[in-house]
Amino acid sequence: MAEIKQISLFVENRPGRTAKVAKTLSDAGVNIRALTIAEAGDFGVIRMVVDDPEKGYKVLKESAFTVSMTDVLAVEMKDTPGGLYEIVNTLGQSNVNVDYAYAFVTAKAQKAMLILRVDDIAKARKVLSEMGVKIATREEIQAI
Amino acid sequence: MSGYWDPHIERMPLEDLHALQEDRLKSIVRYVYDHSTFYRRRFNEAGVEPSDIKTLADITKLPFTRKVDLRDNYPTGMFSAPKSQVVRYHVSSGTTGKPTVVGYTKGDIETWSESLARAFTSIGLGSDDVVQVAYGYGLFTGGLGAHYGAERIGAAVLPVGTGSTERQIELMQDLGTTAIACTPSYFLHIMEVAEKMGVSIRNDTKLKAGIFGAEPWSLETRDRIEEATGIKAYDIYGTSEISGPLFTECYCKKGIHVWGDMFLTEVLDPKTGEPVADGERGELVFTTLHKFALPLIRYRIGDLSIMTNEPCECGRTHPRILRILGRTDDMLIIRGINVFPSQVESVLMNIPEVGDHWEIIVDRKGPLDMMSVRVELTSAGFSDKIGDLMKLKKKVSKELKAVLNIAAEVDLVEPGTIPRSMGKAKRVTDNRKI
Repeated sequence: MAEIKQISLFVENRPGRTAKVAKTLSDAGVNIRALTIAEAGDFGVIRMVVDDPEKGYKVLKESAFTVSMTDVLAVEMKDTPGGLYEIVNTLGQSNVNVDYAYAFVTAKAQKAMLILRVDDIAKARKVLSEMGVKIATREEIQAI
Repeated sequence: MSGYWDPHIERMPLEDLHALQEDRLKSIVRYVYDHSTFYRRRFNEAGVEPSDIKTLADITKLPFTRKVDLRDNYPTGMFSAPKSQVVRYHVSSGTTGKPTVVGYTKGDIETWSESLARAFTSIGLGSDDVVQVAYGYGLFTGGLGAHYGAERIGAAVLPVGTGSTERQIELMQDLGTTAIACTPSYFLHIMEVAEKMGVSIRNDTKLKAGIFGAEPWSLETRDRIEEATGIKAYDIYGTSEISGPLFTECYCKKGIHVWGDMFLTEVLDPKTGEPVADGERGELVFTTLHKFALPLIRYRIGDLSIMTNEPCECGRTHPRILRILGRTDDMLIIRGINVFPSQVESVLMNIPEVGDHWEIIVDRKGPLDMMSVRVELTSAGFSDKIGDLMKLKKKVSKELKAVLNIAAEVDLVEPGTIPRSMGKAKRVTDNRKI
């Protein structure tokens, strides 16, 4: 199964940089599904899941951004108390470390989605599937 | 390997070379005393006459010449030749003060061309080569200097000058450029632009040699350029006061051959003015032995280097100077510690996560000098985990500290942020008001 590709960007912390990223993707007709910005003083890292990661990566690279693609998991969460706990607890008990995570709610599907970067993606997929957690496919993310 | 341009002179036994230097030293001292009012006054003040110079060792009796003398006697007060004999002027940019004017007789241009003809031959260039001169033409000596040297060996010269980088790369392909002469920082920019244009310097051009100078650059930068493009990168050295670019390394790359029949080179302790031992670092001092419009006696150029009199593997007997650490003018004093930008460069270019362009910013916060180094993060060095980026900052900072002995703040910036240069790169912004 094809993993979901997250786009990550290195950006300096100055006015207009995030706008430049958004404009570049918008001009290319790439739609952002989920986005998070982690900041560390003078710089930050933008991470996002988009409908067409290959195209998004290409246009950002051409605009001279420092950009990379990372495999992440997108898992469906119950939009109720305990939804997140169930997932991270399963991973923790299986010794899978979460590097970072961010969540979003889909309007159409009315589901909460959690994007996870873990140190062992195959193992995470296995233990979560065994728990009955639904893991979204690339096609599903594209179709949201 | 490559042959010699002037084998008789270039391989001259040391005793013969010293005898020639001695003759020429005596003549030039007599010549400036007779023709330059400045030198006559200077020698009189020092209580020395041309007849006191009997051997090479007597050179220490002569007073020094400094850049400030050229400025004080602006424009042509130090010249020895009458105007009728001057065929060319060059004027320095005056980045560190008032401009200085240098003049050349027909013979001086000849000597300058010969110096570079020897140098270019020593890196294997000849009449089959196409030399793209991407130094500035005009008042700056780089362009015309390299131009005359390359023409002298019969190479085809492509006098592009600086700028129009895309056009440079197209011409390089269309005319089959085999060697390029420019500042190392401009070549790094050319590499970057070529990549954007989808041109591989290694596969799509015939470039085999780069002749890089006019600013200090590190061995680490050489490695990067050579690895990325497959060319051989050679150091070229000189300064406008003594003509312009004059000397390069030979194909052995074990120091720059400074032609002893044209220049007498001393290496002195910058503080005491006393000679250092062979192989020790000091300030370069040049006496022009065969230059007549503006001869200079014991000119303190301000560059720090090491000289060796050991003959080179290539068979040339003339002294060699090692890579220039920096000009004393470029040295920063930060919290009382001497820092050369070239030291910063050599640290950075050893760290693969860091790009080819960088800059130093010095500020004063209260009583303390603060140095920060801005480096571009390469795609290869990018991890989307913040922790990894913080670790990289610490690593760069730690390696700088190990070499410079002072703490430097490291800022990671996006590629393309640091200004690119077509000529001499401006690597330092000093915001201190002293």
